Amino acid sequence: MTVKTMAEFAAEDKTPEILFWVGCAGSFDDRAQKVTRAFAEILNAAGIEFAILGDEEACTGDPARRAGNEFLFQMVALQNIETLNMYGVKKMVTACPHCFNTIKNEYPALGGHYDIVHHTQLLQQLIDDGRIKMTEGGSFKGKRITYHDSCYLGRANGIYEAPRQVLESIDGQLVEMKRSRQNGLCCGAGGAQMWKEDEPGEKRINTERTDEALSLNADVIAVNCPFCLTMMTDGVTSREKQEEVMVYDLSELIVRQLAH
Amino acid sequence: MLQSIVFAVVALLALGFAYFQFSKVRANILLGKDEAVTGPATARWKNMLLVAFGQKKMFKRLIPAVLHLMLYVAFVFTQIELIEIFIDGIFGVHRWFLGPLGGMYNGIISAIELLSILAFVATVIFLVRRNVLFIPRFHKPEMQGWPKLDANLILVFELILLACIFTMNGTDVVLQDLDPDHYRATNFAVSGFLGPVLFGGMDASTLHILERVGWWGHITMVFVFLNYLPKSKHLHILLAFPNTYFARLKPRGEMLNMPEVMNEVKSMMGLGDPNAPEPDMNAPLPEFGADDVTEMSWIDILGAYSCTECGRCTSVCPANITGKKLSPRKIVMNVRDRAEEIGNKIRSGNTEYAPNNEGVLSVDNFDDGRNLWDYITREEIHACTTCNACVEACPILINPLEMINKLRRHEILTEAKGPSDWMPLFNSIENQQRAWSVSNSRTAWIEQD
Repeated sequence: MTVKTMAEFAAEDKTPEILFWVGCAGSFDDRAQKVTRAFAEILNAAGIEFAILGDEEACTGDPARRAGNEFLFQMVALQNIETLNMYGVKKMVTACPHCFNTIKNEYPALGGHYDIVHHTQLLQQLIDDGRIKMTEGGSFKGKRITYHDSCYLGRANGIYEAPRQVLESIDGQLVEMKRSRQNGLCCGAGGAQMWKEDEPGEKRINTERTDEALSLNADVIAVNCPFCLTMMTDGVTSREKQEEVMVYDLSELIVRQLAH
Repeated sequence: MLQSIVFAVVALLALGFAYFQFSKVRANILLGKDEAVTGPATARWKNMLLVAFGQKKMFKRLIPAVLHLMLYVAFVFTQIELIEIFIDGIFGVHRWFLGPLGGMYNGIISAIELLSILAFVATVIFLVRRNVLFIPRFHKPEMQGWPKLDANLILVFELILLACIFTMNGTDVVLQDLDPDHYRATNFAVSGFLGPVLFGGMDASTLHILERVGWWGHITMVFVFLNYLPKSKHLHILLAFPNTYFARLKPRGEMLNMPEVMNEVKSMMGLGDPNAPEPDMNAPLPEFGADDVTEMSWIDILGAYSCTECGRCTSVCPANITGKKLSPRKIVMNVRDRAEEIGNKIRSGNTEYAPNNEGVLSVDNFDDGRNLWDYITREEIHACTTCNACVEACPILINPLEMINKLRRHEILTEAKGPSDWMPLFNSIENQQRAWSVSNSRTAWIEQD
């Protein structure tokens, strides 16, 4: 796969259609890297000319800010805004709802104004516009798929329907958990919890959420967030269901169903 | 005449004392920092109308919503009868509205009576829900003691209030046959039937006394209730309205910016305003975040006083569900309790809380050696996933997450403490601008398969 950076576009004096904000998880986490590749493949299949920032990208600052470290947040956020403004970036897409939320809702107060969408929104648009096509009766035909709302796409930004519409384009059977949409239960990773041990308690949050998904006899747990991906995968493994139940990001489901 | 004078004196005392108490609540709310009210007023009015007046968010849980609606509608409509009680009380007249309203009067009182029956049923069910059925959100650690008693007291007050209405109306109906000049004929939906059943056959003097007991009992309960409110979680019946109006309109995912930190970092990075004045190196270090209510915003404290401790926030909190110590309701209650403590200590004028034990005590020089950490443990705020479930759940737009975020900011920025697990994260972001402490390129995924 060839992916060009903003610097490369700029050197050719060109502007890409959209900037793909990969994020730290999508860049460095083994499992999330697969999501990044899947989404990049979909963008290529749809014929979208996109760029990444590559090593000019910095953490958006979300975990630092939520842990309470505002100085650190401001440092990386302002650095990112400098970079983005230098390239004159206007349109962005990201596969991480934390990056999405920070850039969409928090960068404006720091002087960064961008038109950013979450990858599930772009996927829905590409499907609606017929820019990507699905094969009939793919590998998810008849499979029970449950969708886990991430907090930062769902409650924080009110995006509940786009991901569900994307899921309807594959032939699976969508089953809802009792706690869904506005009432969705967190996977346990937000607020910088991803980087620390749980406080003392009776159960891990990801196990609580995984149990809910498993109670539906789902074959696939679909997520929209690299942190949820880790947490739900760990949850499934802790219940020793990793052979029967798969945890996938939406773009991984779509890339498998692409009609070439 | 004597009754009118007694009524006027009692009413003045009750209203005066209530005013005194409510101004203390107002002063306690204003212990918080200034925060500008931003965003369109139309959106705020809409919030107040839909969320407070219309109870929109209550209907996420149908059973308590319907029960609560019965009480709420009955409460609102009973105010008409309360206005009449005031007129009758001051001018020594009886059922004054019957004259000007005529036939409509029967309709209004009948409606109030029917709603009161529903309210009675709802109150009894609420008592059962609180004390007999095991509904987990009513049995969390923060609900022991006063909060539990408070909730039950209000329900008992409500029952007494309703019993008084029916005693007053029921005896009136029976007295209409015995003393038709004073007790003019009415046609009340409930008392028309209930009155003769309960009070029929009693002699006139007993009925006269009972009628007055009902009337005075009702208005006395109203006065007691009014003066009880400022000390109770039940204050939500009033503060839900301003709280929904003043609730921040920002996107839910947005954490409030800290311009003072932003500007400092900007000047560090050479991005600041070149004409900005040189920072004063001798100025005392600013405090960031909040370890006390005086560092929070008045909007946070208003929220805390508006809380009726229903526990919807706690019942959906992922940390609480999985047995962690964090309970968003407790955080909100702690903020209110600490505001009460500071308010009372400042008003005591005790110079023990002033620097060098001298001067006039105010929010600016107040120091009692205590803060919110005496109420809230670190473990609680460290358990928050910032998932916004508590914010979504609150029926009157209180934001516990904002309070938790401010405590976290204080811990990290001002105290330089916090979970040690976060140190590698911070170091990695600071030194490598990445949340993962790895050395490979951000483009490594392109080559992988």
